[in-house]
Amino acid sequence: MTKFNYTAKDFKSAAEVRWCPGCGDYAIMNAVQKTMADMDIDHKDFAVISGIGCSSRFPYYMSTYGFHTIHGRATAIASGVKSANPDLTVWVITGDGDSLAIGGNHFIHLVRRNIDLNLILFNNKIYGLTKGQYSPTSDRGIITKTSPFGTIEDSFVPGQLVLGSRGTFFARSIDNNVKHTQEVLADAAQHKGTSVVEVLQNCVIFNDGIHDFVSDPKFRSERQLFLKKGQPMIFGDQEDKGLILENGRLKVAKIGENGITREDILVHDPEEDNLGLQVALINMSLPEFPVAMGVIRSVEAPVYDQEMKKQIENVQAKRRITCMDELLQSGNTWTVDGENCSEPVKFFNNKCFE
Amino acid sequence: MKDAKVIELEEVAIRFSGDSGDGMQLTGTLFSDTSALLGNDISTFPDYPSEIRAPQGTVGGVSGFQVQFGKKKITTPGDLAHVLVAMNPAAIKANAAFMNPGGTIIFDVDSFSEKNFEKAQFKTNDPFAELKLEDFVKIPVPITSMTKESLKDLELDNKSVLRCKNMFALGLICWMFDRPLDYIEGFIQKKFGKKPVIAEANLKVLHDGYNYGMNIQQATPQYIVHPAPIEKGIYRNVNGNLATGWGFIAAAEKAGLDLFIGSYPITPATDVLQALAERKDLGVKSFQAEDEIAGICTTIGAAFAGHLAVTSTSGPGFALKSEALGLSVMAELPIVVVNVQRGGPSTGLPTKTEQSDLLQTLYGRNGESPLVVIAASTPSDCFYYAYLSAKIALERMVPVVLLTDGFLGNGSEPWRVPTMDELPSITPRTATNPELFKPYLRDPETLAREWAVPGMEGYEHRIGGLEKNAAGAVSHDPENHHINTEIRAAKVDKVVDMIPELELDGEPEGDLLVVGWGGTYGHMISSVRVMQEAGKKVSLAHFNYIKPLPKNTAEVFSKFKKIVVCELNLGQFASYLRDKVPGLHYYQVNKMKGLPFSVHELVENFEKILEA
Repeated sequence: MTKFNYTAKDFKSAAEVRWCPGCGDYAIMNAVQKTMADMDIDHKDFAVISGIGCSSRFPYYMSTYGFHTIHGRATAIASGVKSANPDLTVWVITGDGDSLAIGGNHFIHLVRRNIDLNLILFNNKIYGLTKGQYSPTSDRGIITKTSPFGTIEDSFVPGQLVLGSRGTFFARSIDNNVKHTQEVLADAAQHKGTSVVEVLQNCVIFNDGIHDFVSDPKFRSERQLFLKKGQPMIFGDQEDKGLILENGRLKVAKIGENGITREDILVHDPEEDNLGLQVALINMSLPEFPVAMGVIRSVEAPVYDQEMKKQIENVQAKRRITCMDELLQSGNTWTVDGENCSEPVKFFNNKCFE
Repeated sequence: MKDAKVIELEEVAIRFSGDSGDGMQLTGTLFSDTSALLGNDISTFPDYPSEIRAPQGTVGGVSGFQVQFGKKKITTPGDLAHVLVAMNPAAIKANAAFMNPGGTIIFDVDSFSEKNFEKAQFKTNDPFAELKLEDFVKIPVPITSMTKESLKDLELDNKSVLRCKNMFALGLICWMFDRPLDYIEGFIQKKFGKKPVIAEANLKVLHDGYNYGMNIQQATPQYIVHPAPIEKGIYRNVNGNLATGWGFIAAAEKAGLDLFIGSYPITPATDVLQALAERKDLGVKSFQAEDEIAGICTTIGAAFAGHLAVTSTSGPGFALKSEALGLSVMAELPIVVVNVQRGGPSTGLPTKTEQSDLLQTLYGRNGESPLVVIAASTPSDCFYYAYLSAKIALERMVPVVLLTDGFLGNGSEPWRVPTMDELPSITPRTATNPELFKPYLRDPETLAREWAVPGMEGYEHRIGGLEKNAAGAVSHDPENHHINTEIRAAKVDKVVDMIPELELDGEPEGDLLVVGWGGTYGHMISSVRVMQEAGKKVSLAHFNYIKPLPKNTAEVFSKFKKIVVCELNLGQFASYLRDKVPGLHYYQVNKMKGLPFSVHELVENFEKILEA
């Protein structure tokens, strides 16, 4: 029995959506709206905060409270929103340039503090809004308008950055798999703390097909490994391949070959505090490995906004000063009341202050 | 009974000076508090190097603390000290230029060694002759050896013993100025409550210093400074940074809102953040951000979420906040940014005072980006101007920048504390009717929009840095942008109705109008009074409201033959006035030494301008 009976439509604003036809953002927005409806939380308590970039126009298309801020700072502004009012459900919409280049510092500190926000990182590996320059997730050697001879730098792997910042939740999905994206977003919404969901998103204009090799639905089960808590990490059209550890390294093994059975396949545990295997899953890339999809890490840790609230409550339970008048007269004060003293004069004694 | 030479004075300035590790700031603060408790009015000026521990014994490592106290209203820490307490030769060298002719220098004679002369770069073994201080009263006191002797029975290591030296000097000065020791004793007992041996050592040395004064009284003049006749009430000593923080707490309480500060430590503004972080008992949410940008961005987020949200910084940090400040102009959210100005550009002089961020504050953002600018003028009125900044922000939905400076932030003075009912009401622009609400619908009088925050039912809306129409939709319409640009400017101009008209110290017309703003007030008023007492037709117009300027500014200016604008920069307010109140000739007095004006130099300049 739900309280509000929302549908995705209840989260759409009247504003005309202006992403390019065929942009991956449409599918992600549909998944977000569906997820919010399913969360069964009062519409007035949602706040969607974004930075700058194509994806950051997102709040305008939502009917919730929204704030389209400045480049790279959505994470910092959302941190203020959530710290001020922990009762809100706050979503951050950001891209690879917004959160990993200009906003890199705020991104890692948000994750480190573990503020209870849901962050969706639209990763299209390119700067779209400025029309096609390489981003911090662009692969080495890529030719773009600002790298006409190819880039000479390595890219961030967003999940590595999240785990390196002591992240408590990281998941990955692809824009063209709305159902799976929705499942992942639902898990992210449940998580207490900062949840980062990297959505591999296609930019039809400036980086079209960048994720095609991974996302092609025809080869989905061969090229993507859908992780599920407590389930063996098995993939392939015939569900005949799985991950094993050999000499401390991940390896793809064929079930039924070399004596490997289903029981030998590693079982996924996103709640394992030790990062080792989760980092290895994040790093998996084609063609040697399938790309890991789903919730890779989800662990519990103290949540900043709750801790802030608790600390104030604890101090207030034992406080001696309960209001400003008491503070003003606390500590080292003395009273002046001599014969040659005048009556006190209010500082704001001008009539404009009345 | 004391029968030493007794000097009765209206006011006295004392400067405590030593290595930055000698505890001079504490010594000065304890002496100031004691004087304030006795009923003297005081004004203090800490002057310390930006390195925590600069090389010992060098002039660069000298840390000083000056306090002036007296029987009348004290408006400055004093240009020149009557008494200098110097813990080493470097301290004498660093302060020689700041001594009243014929003043008294009390120095640790034990520190007069070849090594220390060399470190302070004296060429001879007679620093007084070298600095031409022959006419001063010099009192050599073996502070180091007396301290060691005093503590020989306590089992303390040499380092701990030497740390008590400042208490010997403090005890001696307390005797000279007839201050009781009980407040200082209480402080020591509290501070070293968990280290009884250290407490005992400090107390013993303090008393031995006091008694030493009594014993050598033939050589030591004793000063008497009577209490000042002031307003009745409850007083406390307050520095500008604490007063600023408390002003915001008061404003939040009055407005019925929670207070949020998102901030990043930076000299000399850090104490604002610290003062607020301490006040969890009053519900203050303090967020130490990862950088200056996140400081203001979390603040903007908290304002979006319905808090009274403030951030504190100093010049370089203010520069980093510029872009986000522009967002708060565009999103029309009520935030207050405190800029405790310091010497610039770049890292500049982190621990020194300056007023050189005025134009950055007024204009240092992209686009037409107007906001309200207010400047506090004494350590204690930082409380009231912080309060008022919050009131303006919340009632007019506009960002406000409060300018203070290192001199105000670190300087302290006694303050008659107000009660909350003395403070004007604050009514935030909280939206009241969801049917009529539009994000950029404005009050026709004030042009302020309404404030609806997440969690309020029926007001869901989107704001952002892009230009909007009244309904809140993104708009690139040329007419709309032009109109909105004018509205944002007019909204700031209309704040003029919330601020008082400019009032003068002195006659409403005359030969010279002295114009100042912000933290120079104490020195400005002192120098103008000197002129007035000499019969000159000089008045002071000191500005706390920079943008908008008080309504009657041009009218006030028109009544004077000459106008001089004095500021600790190369003429930023003067150039602003030339723009806003054109057609007048503005003389300038400017200083860029990282130090406040001195009354003496101001008077000298005014006389020259009057003669010109």
